[in-house]
Amino acid sequence: MCITCGCSEDGQATLSNEKGEHTHILPDGSVLHHTHEHEHEHHHEHNATSAETTPTLSSETPPPSPSQQPHHHEHTHHEHTHHEHTHSHHHEHTHVHHASPHASASPQSQPLELHLLERRVLDKNDRIAERNRGWFAGRRVLALNLMSSPGAGKTCLLERTLREISGPTAVIEGDQETTMDAERIRATGAPAIQVNTGKGCHLEAEMIWQSLQQLPLKEQTTLFIENVGNLVCPSLFDLGEHARVVLMSITEGEDKPLKYPHMFRSADLVLLTKIDLLPYLDYDLPRALQAIQEVQPDAQILQVSARSGEGMEAWYTWVQQQWTSHHQA
Amino acid sequence: MHELSLTRDILEVVLQHAQGRIIRKVRLHVGKLAGVEIQALRFCFDVCAAGTYAEGATLVIEEIPGRAVCEGCDKIIELSSLAARCPCERKARLRIESGEELLIKEMETESCA
Repeated sequence: MCITCGCSEDGQATLSNEKGEHTHILPDGSVLHHTHEHEHEHHHEHNATSAETTPTLSSETPPPSPSQQPHHHEHTHHEHTHHEHTHSHHHEHTHVHHASPHASASPQSQPLELHLLERRVLDKNDRIAERNRGWFAGRRVLALNLMSSPGAGKTCLLERTLREISGPTAVIEGDQETTMDAERIRATGAPAIQVNTGKGCHLEAEMIWQSLQQLPLKEQTTLFIENVGNLVCPSLFDLGEHARVVLMSITEGEDKPLKYPHMFRSADLVLLTKIDLLPYLDYDLPRALQAIQEVQPDAQILQVSARSGEGMEAWYTWVQQQWTSHHQA
Repeated sequence: MHELSLTRDILEVVLQHAQGRIIRKVRLHVGKLAGVEIQALRFCFDVCAAGTYAEGATLVIEEIPGRAVCEGCDKIIELSSLAARCPCERKARLRIESGEELLIKEMETESCA
């Protein structure tokens, strides 16, 4: 949800840049841009700004569910009831709910047609992820997708990393709500964009693509994508990243990799964080390392503390190695 | 709940393909190792399909069993979860052969009037 206007609801992502300009990605993929310069009443603000709506790649297709789209309904409502208003919406919405199956007569009498589809469900996301990868390659950007449960220390790790690592950096921050993390990141001097996924529990490739249009990236930038804190959902969605980093704090226990194997199986690097707390916990470090190796034998494992600085040099070296392996000089 | 996003993508594909025909049945292949909760997917499908041409459509889900080759003993093993290990206990890498599918196979629609 957009924290200023509260105008985004379920299934919509909101991007917030430094100027407080907001972009909403609607469930059908269309995009709304707006700012909060005027003290307009909520509905009017939408009317005024929806003219800026830019159709995206996916807006050619009808929305899967009109009833699930509060924005959609609101606009529809306006169009149908307030004819004195002049609207200039560019939404390519198909109002399929006007012709819902229950409105049609005797559906049983119709002969059925079989359509062979053979389509991967994640096909759309993966195609956009591929486009992101091309975008990164063209600008020589290294993109790293950081994932963990909430509170494992992703933002804290980034705060220190951004201050200490060499070369230009930028961050895409994913959270359900608030711009707090992006503000913490900007305090380090690195450009950051906040993606608020609303009720969404993960980042998708399209959200990254939209963020890239707003984030000023220099060549040779290391782009850290901080995914929504969640050990389940983000693992399925390719964002176009070059490598995946999964954080696991030692306060979370040793068994996380076995409990959430999808996430850990997709990791290129596992960072065991908050390692400075080891003397104060009954933590079975060998058992944790073994759990990671069992699920993902190919992952590198590093032990770090963003607080004490322990192990951070090894993490920076790993990032440099990614540059070498993904962008040959 | 990523099943909601997946359902939206499924509906986008089938509705686009149906071109205004009423959808009666959608058939999916979901691997046991695909990381998808089938009950959640069914729930999301019913909710998201409401008010579209797919409202009331039957969702047929064929679960594809997980199968992997153990690089320790070269045997093919059934895998019920990604955390499962080969009984050979060599703790070797498992090469997954099937079970990660997430496919929209086919659908049935009414004929165009």
